[in-house]
Amino acid sequence: MAFDVDVRRRMGDRQIEARFRAGPGLTALFGPSGAGKTSILAMVAGLLRPDAGRICVDGDLLFDGAVGIDLPPERRKLGYVFQDARLFPHRRVRANLLYGHRLVDSADRWMTLEDAIAFLGIGHLLDRWPRTLSGGEAQRVAIGRALLRGPRFLLMDEPLSSLDTARREEVMTVIERIRDELRLPILYVSHDRTEVDRLATTVIPLGSKP
Amino acid sequence: MLSADEWDILLLSLKVSAAAVLGALPLAFGLAWLLARGRFPGKILLDGLVHLPLVLPPVVTGWLLLLAFGNNGPAGRWFAEWLGISFMFRWTGAALAAAVMALPLMVRAMRLSIEAVDRRLEGAARTLGASAWRAFLTITVPLSLPGILAGLVLGFARSIGEFGATITFVSNIPGETRTLPIAIYSALQVPGSEAVVQRLALISVLLSLGALLASEMLARRSSGGRANHGF
Repeated sequence: MAFDVDVRRRMGDRQIEARFRAGPGLTALFGPSGAGKTSILAMVAGLLRPDAGRICVDGDLLFDGAVGIDLPPERRKLGYVFQDARLFPHRRVRANLLYGHRLVDSADRWMTLEDAIAFLGIGHLLDRWPRTLSGGEAQRVAIGRALLRGPRFLLMDEPLSSLDTARREEVMTVIERIRDELRLPILYVSHDRTEVDRLATTVIPLGSKP
Repeated sequence: MLSADEWDILLLSLKVSAAAVLGALPLAFGLAWLLARGRFPGKILLDGLVHLPLVLPPVVTGWLLLLAFGNNGPAGRWFAEWLGISFMFRWTGAALAAAVMALPLMVRAMRLSIEAVDRRLEGAARTLGASAWRAFLTITVPLSLPGILAGLVLGFARSIGEFGATITFVSNIPGETRTLPIAIYSALQVPGSEAVVQRLALISVLLSLGALLASEMLARRSSGGRANHGF
């Protein structure tokens, strides 16, 4: 199993729950806004602590409330692509790309800066500041930053939602290539049916529970 | 131009103020971080205590410093015993008084800039393999740097002008605690020294104005100037 997730967390007056298992490929968490999709990704990333449950990815136990295992985000070996790219504004594109790359053990790296640049077509952006990038450019840089960190799996939170149609197509192609060429398990959050139909290997429907 | 005595006064003022803001920097940044990010009981009380020197009569602050950091005060004895630093009638005491008076301004500027840092960027850094401490050093500190610098400059300007708490705490000793404002006050007591007063006052105005302009420029830079680095 690529993803074996069973988490619960109370957020204010809402109860967020998810329980799913999924094989390799792209697993889409699909549901309306407010279903807690982003919170579930944050729990898998270690940025949000579940009240209870268990998270296992690719055979690695990341969280188990029953036995008190809770790996910090930096030890979960994941790449997180946020809805808003979330590049570091005080670093140029090159330094953004290399931020995680420099922190990871060289044994865990499986992509060089040159590979990432060629894969994503971002060579001409290296000396730019994030604020000067278009939405599609920023999102490709964010994907590159996540891949260069040498992740064992990717989390993607509506990475297309802030892009226009042409840019969506561009980034969607990149995601398909990550799924098919790099064969990285991806947990993908979306509320867009067409996006999910095209990209997902497995669809996990999520509804909001009172 | 300035006489040798006046140069000494200026240099002493600069030394006292630099020591005050650099010594207060770690404490000010720590307090700013606590007030910006911390959730703990007594936060309002801590906030009030930090701001107290801003509203207390300076003579009261000076008297409290005397009680705490005087030769028989608990803090004064601790510093003398463990660090070999004594404050009474020394320039170090003038620096301490200036630091206490500058602290609220420094904390305010730094707190605002820490609050303006997008915490989600720290989360992004964690997912890229950074420990909480590294994320703090590589994301939070550089992004709040303009505010830290603005706090330093503002604190420096405040220290240059410090008078009441200083003269109460460490008196008016030439070469040790007679900083610019105290020197101006002393000169005013002596008939026929209008020219000295004028020169020292002019220096004060220039120093304060320069510092204010510098802090204003830093504040502007932090609120969007970064976009001007590229295109």
